[in-house]
Amino acid sequence: MALSRKHPAVLATVIGVALGTMGAAYAAIDSGTKPKTVMASQTQVEEGKALYLEGCSSCHGLAAQGSEVGPSLIGVGAAAVDFQVSTGRMPLAAPGIQAEPKPSSYDENEIAAMAAYIASLGPGPAIPTAEMLDTTGADLALGGELFRTNCAQCHSVSGRGGALSEGGAAPSLLGSSPKVIYEAMVAGPANMPVFSDSVLPVEDKQAILAYIEELQANKNPGGNGLGRLGPVTEGLFVWVAGLGILLGVAIWIGAKAK
Amino acid sequence: MSHEHNSVEPYGAKDGVDVVSGVPVFPMGEHQLRKADLDPKAAKRAEIQVASMFGISALSILGSIISYIKVPNESLISVPVIGTVNANHVSVGTLFGLGIFLIGAGAIHWAKKLMPDEEVVQERHPLTSEKSERDEVAEIFKRGKAESGISEYKIIRRTLLGALSLFPLPLLVFLRDLGPMPGTRLRETIWEEGIHIVTDATYRKIKAADIQIGGLINAVPENLLEVEHEDENLNERGKASIILVRLDPADIVSQQGEGWDYEGIVAYSKICTHVGCPISLYQQRTHHLLCPCHQSTFDLSDSGNVVFGPAARRMPQLPITVDSEGYLVAKSGFQEPVGPSFWERG
Amino acid sequence: MSNKPNAAVDAKGKTVGGSVAGYVDDRLASANFTKRLLNKVFPDHWSFMLGEVALYSFIVLLLSGVYLTLWFKPSMVEVIYNGSYVPLKGVKMSEAFASTLDISFDVRGGLLMRQIHHWAALFFIAAMSVHVGRIFFTGAFRKPREINWVIGTLLLVLGVLEGFAGYSLPDDLLSGTGLRIAQGIVQALPFVGTYLAMFLFGGEFPGTDFIPRLYSIHILLIPGILLGLITVHLIMVFYQKHTQFPGEGRTESNVVGYRLFPIYVAKAGGFFFIVFGVITLIAALVTINGIWLYGPYTPSQVTAGSQPDWYIGFLDGAVRIMPNWETTLLGYTISWNLIVPALVIPGIMFTALGLYPWIESWVTGDKKEHHLLDRPRNAPVRTGLGVMAISFYLMLWISGGNDIIATAFNLSINQITWFLRIALFVVPLIAFKVTKRICLGLQRRDHEKLLHGYETGQILRLPHGEFIEFHKPISDKEKAVILSKKDYSPLALEALSDANGVRNPKAGKAKLRARMSNWYYGENIARPSAAELEAAAHHAEHELHEAQKHMQQITH
Repeated sequence: MALSRKHPAVLATVIGVALGTMGAAYAAIDSGTKPKTVMASQTQVEEGKALYLEGCSSCHGLAAQGSEVGPSLIGVGAAAVDFQVSTGRMPLAAPGIQAEPKPSSYDENEIAAMAAYIASLGPGPAIPTAEMLDTTGADLALGGELFRTNCAQCHSVSGRGGALSEGGAAPSLLGSSPKVIYEAMVAGPANMPVFSDSVLPVEDKQAILAYIEELQANKNPGGNGLGRLGPVTEGLFVWVAGLGILLGVAIWIGAKAK
Repeated sequence: MSHEHNSVEPYGAKDGVDVVSGVPVFPMGEHQLRKADLDPKAAKRAEIQVASMFGISALSILGSIISYIKVPNESLISVPVIGTVNANHVSVGTLFGLGIFLIGAGAIHWAKKLMPDEEVVQERHPLTSEKSERDEVAEIFKRGKAESGISEYKIIRRTLLGALSLFPLPLLVFLRDLGPMPGTRLRETIWEEGIHIVTDATYRKIKAADIQIGGLINAVPENLLEVEHEDENLNERGKASIILVRLDPADIVSQQGEGWDYEGIVAYSKICTHVGCPISLYQQRTHHLLCPCHQSTFDLSDSGNVVFGPAARRMPQLPITVDSEGYLVAKSGFQEPVGPSFWERG
Repeated sequence: MSNKPNAAVDAKGKTVGGSVAGYVDDRLASANFTKRLLNKVFPDHWSFMLGEVALYSFIVLLLSGVYLTLWFKPSMVEVIYNGSYVPLKGVKMSEAFASTLDISFDVRGGLLMRQIHHWAALFFIAAMSVHVGRIFFTGAFRKPREINWVIGTLLLVLGVLEGFAGYSLPDDLLSGTGLRIAQGIVQALPFVGTYLAMFLFGGEFPGTDFIPRLYSIHILLIPGILLGLITVHLIMVFYQKHTQFPGEGRTESNVVGYRLFPIYVAKAGGFFFIVFGVITLIAALVTINGIWLYGPYTPSQVTAGSQPDWYIGFLDGAVRIMPNWETTLLGYTISWNLIVPALVIPGIMFTALGLYPWIESWVTGDKKEHHLLDRPRNAPVRTGLGVMAISFYLMLWISGGNDIIATAFNLSINQITWFLRIALFVVPLIAFKVTKRICLGLQRRDHEKLLHGYETGQILRLPHGEFIEFHKPISDKEKAVILSKKDYSPLALEALSDANGVRNPKAGKAKLRARMSNWYYGENIARPSAAELEAAAHHAEHELHEAQKHMQQITH
């Protein structure tokens, strides 16, 4: 496993250094759109720590410093926590190639508390605000361009996901909320690369979200989309249903009438 | 009872055996009458069925024309099983399709139920001509050949062959201007020293400090914007597209050149070395880059080497650095041809 | 019906059809031809209609294709889209893609025609494929129909090329990716590849020339050739008369069936409308190639799950599972990883397909004319070879969708690829063996049926307490079918040297042929002899008699 190659301490240091340089960048470029960090109360952080120690520390370490079986969470930010826990990927049901989504085992307040605790350990991407997720007036065509350039290679042009190497897979985006998608872009969970706000600004992300909403509406003017899987399902359809019907008719024609 | 029937020999049979194949021949079985042959009511029923198919067909086809005119093309409706669809398309198509289908169904039903269904026997005629006829053809050829004198006039024969074999050549030669000679164009891209790396689709310069570890940027050279569409903008894009990823410097096993990264940021060609699909399925934990076309997999932490799949060559790396303001630029062009192999590549 | 007044008969008792025929005959002396045409007898069997599906799909393709040409603009000039599909408004794209969007969203019925055209293309090639299968497994390709078999093979290859050309025209992201792959393969060809690629595309990929060039190939060149070949194909079927399955009254020198007029005019004509109707209904209800989702082609974008249409899938699959072999020799690059899967494998497949009639007749030494079809079980080696070829093709086809399979079934793409690399060689061999066994098993069952009749399911208790199952002889109808099996024997080995001990120069070839012939015919269940059948009939009569006697005893 690639994870075991890295020593957690190295990872933590490097992330720390990277975040240091990035802090300045955030301030310099994105002062206008910088996520307003919601000030977490001390009690929320305490509550989150308690939940963390109970549910997460066995893999990620008592101080979130990481271990052989789980990466360090220092500096991953609240967005990563909200993404992983609200989609049920964490806590991990069973070790595998990648965490699978399932119903979350925590409620909203608990997730917020854990996110607040992890965010208190080091600066990282915050949970996007409702304003950042607002897609009204977003440029749908630009969103499509950006989606095809940055997202379609893994999630496919229809957003229904696709295969990665060694058994991994990019999940379908069709059931995901804008918040979860935004968080995934800034946090880069599992094998997904990071698309931080500094290189893919908020308005670009809003355009992408608007385009994904369009995809989720699943409008197929030409009729059933066959799962929008492209030529593979179209080919199967023609062989099974199409030729099936015509063979049925041929047998009817060839059979003697009674 | 079969024995009595044997007295009637079918065509091509003698003594109960097929003359050609030597396989025993059985006479035709007795013809079975249909309900419609015996019962006028059943025949009437079939007649009504056929007529109603044709009738409904006519109505369907008229309906599809009315739908074409009346149903607005931009209206979407939700149909069970089919989903949210264009109302005009679905109504016109379904009615038209049904109309056509019913013409066919009616005609076949008519043939099966009401037209005579006793099988007819027809003899085959031998496909080989009589020997005399074949000989005659050979004779005509021989005579014609002698009359033309093609075997005697050697010089005519040879010049004719020469002319005939040359005649298609110009047709091939005239294809020459289909395209330019390859020259060195497959080895060159528009990357040069100092060219800014900009984001694809939005064309913004990129500050090195903005890229996080695990970050991926699909990028192009800034001078791509200066290449007009007519001047092969897409061709240049097809060669010069790159991906930028930031690795933990400790994870970098090897690179194609000393110091070709910038603080762990590496730039690799986006064009697969197999058959040229653009690849950016970058998996940040394993540093693998997977091609969605044929699943070639490259390791970006290890010089872009091939780890799986049909590609034979590593992804070319672009040496990069930053300008005085911290924006990423190319240190030089690519040091090897990008994209798929070609015969002269070497 | 004959007592009903006929509207088409005028006062003098002449029919409209009759006077048209008269007018034509006065000018062409067509009566004799028309007579033979209308009276032509065709045998009836559902499997004889597979080729018709292909033919009718082709007609639908011609009709819908003409319609599309009225709006499609085969141009790679860059335009900014301003049609009614909002998510692409303001996006730069080629005129080809923009006009395809217009056909889909702004021309009423345009989307329907596009989808009819594309579905019909998938039907066309699928129907040709099953038609080839029917011809192969029934031995219909044998003398005198070898030439038509070759024409059919050409039609299949051209159909695939034509389909790929059409799939590429809209210049969307998916088809552009397909073209990129095709161009990459051409470029990798030894000696000429680079030049060929430059000439085809007018320079580098994608250039601005290719779509207009492809367009004339797609709407003129290939359809023209297809139309010509299809015409010859059909004329030959007419001229040589259709083959028929064995059965009562059917011999090598007759055709048993129905006349063209009126039965097949209604049945085959009706079937055209059925095929057209089914394609139209599918086109109305099921999306195909939603190019608006893929977006315009640009060489720096790609989508996960990039696939060609199904008929190119086997080629793409071969390219996917090929190991990454490449050699650099004296400064030249030989891309085995492309030459083998994209050129050598399809080359061998289609050449073997086209030459099969001659290969088989060389091995069997069978030079006779055949008009009665083989039942697949009666040619176990041929049937085995066919299933073997299909399973080979299927393995390649599955390879073409390995990524979709990986996501659909949660498997690792790397493992699937390795599995398929091995399965490509193992599965066809197993398929051959198993199929041959099954065929021989069926032959054995037929043999049993002939000699011992079929099991009636009636159990009889004999006076001494024994239970026997009552067998009845099979019907003449079934006998006619089973007894149609011809007994062949392997070719004898020709003398390897002459009387003086001089070795025959063709000894090696003769040995090979004898060995292959032995392999082809070696395992066979011989047809029962006339004496055996007589004895069996006698035995059956006796059994029946005995049984009746016992029955009488029981009832008394």
